[in-house]
Amino acid sequence: MSRIDVRKTHKLFIGGAFPRSESGHSYPVHDAKGAFVANAALASRKDARDAVAAARKAFGGWAGRTAYNRGQVVYRIAEVMEDRKPQFVDAVTMSEGVGKAVAGRTVDAAIDRLVWYAGWADKYAQVVGGGNPVSGPFFNLSSPEPTGVVAVLAPQGSSLLGLVSVVAPVIVTGNTCVVAASADRPLPAVTVAEVLATSDVPGGVVNILTGSLDRTAPTLASHMDVNAVDLVGLAGDPQTAAALEEAAADNLKRVRRAPAAEPDWTQEPGLDSLTAFTETKTVWHPIGI
Amino acid sequence: MTAGLNDAAASESSLRQFLHGLPGVDQVGADQRAASLATRSIKTSAKEFAIDLAIRMVDLTTLEGQDTAGKVRALASKAIHPDPADPSCPSVAAVCVYPDMVATAREVLGDRPINVASVATAFPSGRAALDIKLADTTDAVEAGADEIDMVIDRGAFLTGRYQQVYDEIVAVKEACRRADGSRAHLKVIFETGELQTYDNVRRASWLAMLAGADFIKTSTGKVQPAATLPVTMVMLEAVRDFRDAGGAMVGVKPAGGIRTTKDAIKYLVVVNEVAGPDWLDPDWFRFGASTLLNDLLMQRTKLRTGRYSGPDYFTLD
Repeated sequence: MSRIDVRKTHKLFIGGAFPRSESGHSYPVHDAKGAFVANAALASRKDARDAVAAARKAFGGWAGRTAYNRGQVVYRIAEVMEDRKPQFVDAVTMSEGVGKAVAGRTVDAAIDRLVWYAGWADKYAQVVGGGNPVSGPFFNLSSPEPTGVVAVLAPQGSSLLGLVSVVAPVIVTGNTCVVAASADRPLPAVTVAEVLATSDVPGGVVNILTGSLDRTAPTLASHMDVNAVDLVGLAGDPQTAAALEEAAADNLKRVRRAPAAEPDWTQEPGLDSLTAFTETKTVWHPIGI
Repeated sequence: MTAGLNDAAASESSLRQFLHGLPGVDQVGADQRAASLATRSIKTSAKEFAIDLAIRMVDLTTLEGQDTAGKVRALASKAIHPDPADPSCPSVAAVCVYPDMVATAREVLGDRPINVASVATAFPSGRAALDIKLADTTDAVEAGADEIDMVIDRGAFLTGRYQQVYDEIVAVKEACRRADGSRAHLKVIFETGELQTYDNVRRASWLAMLAGADFIKTSTGKVQPAATLPVTMVMLEAVRDFRDAGGAMVGVKPAGGIRTTKDAIKYLVVVNEVAGPDWLDPDWFRFGASTLLNDLLMQRTKLRTGRYSGPDYFTLD
């Protein structure tokens, strides 16, 4: 007699905990061939609100850590992901309908991407900031500061590598984020949530919502306590993206616009991804005599 | 007050007999009833009504050693216009401060119908001689306080010296009298977190009401647990029963630990279901709170604009 499968109903990841959706709703997740895999929580706008509150609460502590320490924490995520590689390979195979070999390379790339960003944590400030020459007896120094709470609409296609590629630069620079995972391919994001919960990332720094973007995205884009929004998940949907940009304008959120098509995530990212959600602070300091 | 209630307070022994003759509170039942009332869903227009009512019921409080005149002035301004961006937002019921800040608060409030409440009687511990407590009260009343929040001597209450607690309340009430013969409202704080049982909360409620309290208040906010839903429910039952028994109508004020709109609405549901709609009025029910107001304002803004608001758009205190 074969063993009965354990049917899973996955939950959200908010403030370091795994709550069910406040609405109580969940939705079936299918693999690339259309077979049922598991249920995932269908996040409501109130879940989005709770996630923003958790991200805001975590922001001060996370932004206040040294860049070096944030790098260590992000590196630790890579370590834990490495330990869970088979689970990620399965999730990617199932979600994206690729072979084991391709999935394996995708997971490797995702882990390498985290290590890459972890390395930049205490270095990018030297590249994009520094002393500015001014004509006067002043030191003039610029440094990048985190924007705040960032709502990230994760790529719909690349459910792991894409997700990691948009979340890592946001947190490594000191922001906290609310991530709306790929609606049809949420399982890699759910596994990432489990990794985050067991690594050194403080609760609330990354919050992951699964479910339809129709429910969560407008709430996040119009929320007055969200400082920036990354619309990359709406690649190829200019109409929705334009509506969300409009909603985001209410409190002058920093908006990263949706590209025409999903980027090729296997390419090594530039520093633009790191500086997308930073604000340059410049101070003038008089030179003593 | 009817003859029966007058008799209860006639002597120390009759008082004890009366208070211990009150029916006991079923603790599990009370917790359960409060929890079940807390599950009511209040939405749309009912929520709008509840939020505005809750704002009007707030006693905007600052009771810190670090209070400055500047902070009290800012708080009083906020009491007048809680949401400066929206003129339709109602004012709060009162500003609650220490006695030395009463004049400062009154100066900002002017003759607007917002009361100044002052804690008195060696708040929050109540550990001082009676004449000092009375002087504290007189001080606050002379400075212009409309409401006095006194603390009971919990030590005396727990030891069973009910008469002493009773006499103190009566004396403080007398000290609330102004030169022109009018009288500041008296709120009696039990510090329910120190009373151990719901039975004691019920006894303290009746004791205070017999002694002439205008309001009964759960806590100082300095002791955990502060106000809880079941404790407030027991007190609401007491004020309801007291009025039914021929006594005056007495108000209730939960204070401390109520921070979200959701919590506040739960309390309003309990007020309506336990005491009745008569108490759904700032004259008879108050929230002692500081952070609650900002959450109420954020929810109010959300209902009006359709988008979630953030703490950046409201003052910090």
